[in-house]
Amino acid sequence: MSATQDIKPADTVGIGREASEKQSRKEAARSDALGFDPSAPLLEVEDLHVEFRTREGVAHAINGASFSLSEGETLGILGESGSGKSVTAQAIMGILDSPPAFVTGGQVRLRGVDLLTLPEESRRLVRADRVAMVFQDALSSLNPVFTVGHQLAEPFRIHRGYSKQEARKEAASLLDLVGIPAASGRVHDYPHQFSGGMRQRVMIAMALALDPDVLIADEPTTALDVTVQAQIMKLLADLQAERNMGLILITHDMGVVADVADKICVMYAGRIVERADVHSTYGNPAHPYTKALLESIPRVDLKGQQLATIEGLPPNLTRLPDGCSFEPRCSWARERCRVDDPPLYDVGAGRQSACHYYEEVLGS
Amino acid sequence: MSELATAATAGHTERSGSLWADAWRELYRNPIFVVASVVILIVMSWAVFPTLWTSTGTDGGTCELVDSRLGPSSEHIFGTTFQGCDMYSHVINGARPSIIIAVLVTLATTLIGVALGVIAGFYGGWLDTVLSRITDVFLGLPFLLGALVFLALLGEQNIWTVSAVLVVLSWPPITRIMRGSVIQVKALDYVEAARALGASNMSIIFRHILPNSIAPVIVLATLYLGGFVSAEATLTFLGVGLQIPEISWGITVAQGQDYAIAGYPHLLIFPCAALIITVLAFIVMGDAMRDALDPRGR
Repeated sequence: MSATQDIKPADTVGIGREASEKQSRKEAARSDALGFDPSAPLLEVEDLHVEFRTREGVAHAINGASFSLSEGETLGILGESGSGKSVTAQAIMGILDSPPAFVTGGQVRLRGVDLLTLPEESRRLVRADRVAMVFQDALSSLNPVFTVGHQLAEPFRIHRGYSKQEARKEAASLLDLVGIPAASGRVHDYPHQFSGGMRQRVMIAMALALDPDVLIADEPTTALDVTVQAQIMKLLADLQAERNMGLILITHDMGVVADVADKICVMYAGRIVERADVHSTYGNPAHPYTKALLESIPRVDLKGQQLATIEGLPPNLTRLPDGCSFEPRCSWARERCRVDDPPLYDVGAGRQSACHYYEEVLGS
Repeated sequence: MSELATAATAGHTERSGSLWADAWRELYRNPIFVVASVVILIVMSWAVFPTLWTSTGTDGGTCELVDSRLGPSSEHIFGTTFQGCDMYSHVINGARPSIIIAVLVTLATTLIGVALGVIAGFYGGWLDTVLSRITDVFLGLPFLLGALVFLALLGEQNIWTVSAVLVVLSWPPITRIMRGSVIQVKALDYVEAARALGASNMSIIFRHILPNSIAPVIVLATLYLGGFVSAEATLTFLGVGLQIPEISWGITVAQGQDYAIAGYPHLLIFPCAALIITVLAFIVMGDAMRDALDPRGR
């Protein structure tokens, strides 16, 4: 039995059960008082700046990231380790470890409300309720001392004030929703009794518990083997379509993004260097870094040849170069790149690239 | 689907439990732990219900100086003390102050250490710096010298003052270990995941941090119990702990030391044996708990 096969429409598995009663309670407890405007865009991140103040100096982890996300849309954020992908996610969730991390500028607007200006207590209400997150390593993201059911029930208890029994019941239907067989029997199991894929399903169930508007998945499949990866991605895509959620998919796997994302942002050294829809980027990248990333994917037809790699290392975030931060590793780099930091140029067709010579890159 | 369901439920009969349940199962299957527990329970019952064990009452019974330093006999199975009291009664009744002090001090140091450790480790920043430096200052006090000076300064030496001095000198290591453990757990993904679910700081501390970081402190606290039994005896022996007419192992040892070499070894053997066996039982129990609670050590 394929595990994704038995995903049922949400209505049949408790999300819609006792709908009217639950709906009224939900309204009462929900973060509505914060003034969300239903007609405003779902999520807009504008000119976000995050820095880490460490003893070695200030690391500029995110330097002016902007993107937007609407209902039912999937945004892929792509980049190598240290490019600021996860920090972006944490900044949106408001779970940056502060100190050392500080948001030093920009806005994160959810339905028109700038989350960054909200007091911590209000932000807490938004988490899981409006914006939820799936983490990379599902084993370490589950608390080993509590049963899975107990942890799944937590969002209902935190945000909705459900009783233990009510929450437990919801937990079972959530497990069912994400395709875990014999769900009601497994709520009493501990995380280590689940396989890796099952745990990631549990994490997804937990994130979806309160029916959030935005789901951030931070490398949700990195810790899983390839077949399970495909199942989890399919599960995420199905659930997203079903609930018309906005999905931010953070990954370094170009293949994963190509399959499910509508548009992508490529990040490098805390900056978005290319922003476009998936197909135009993959067909014809407009930034040397994207191009290099695509070329470094192993391909069967090039077997036996040397794999293309990107020479050098990402820059030290505490000492970013004055010019383009990709300049030292770029084969298009000229004198100008060393001193003049490129803005995000409009490349046409809704695409942007932060390269002075994007026309040459596009043409190559 | 139904096959899968039954297979899954069938698997439940031998399901393993949580970390704590696993640890407990490992503990009660460990014969060393069982023996240590029995010894500790027996000593505890000496402390709580001495009259169950001896008919002489809690004051050591009537002491006849003519009976001084008698060897073991059917009437006095452990012999008699220098004052002619029943040694067996003294060994039983001597458990009480040791156990009271050990339990009291361990509870107090654990509470203080866990609270300060969680505050320092979880909140970090200047709070951590201040608490850690204060901890360092107290950690720098030499244990025996500190206890001697404090008790001499206090003037009055009873169970409460001895306990207080031991608490003052013993909370820093627990604070340090708890702080380190909290910092380690705090960085784990499930704490971040809980935060992403909108959990408050209090709920994160009590539901996620504490249950996952307390294990090393429990091990240390068990070792501490044994340590305080011997610390009480040491201070009493040195004359700054409990005083006559209190009955305690430390006092009995102190009184017996002069005559033990002069042909009355039972004056030392019995109180020392009680002391050593008790301390050993706590240490062995602490080791067994460390093995059970830290699977990496297996």
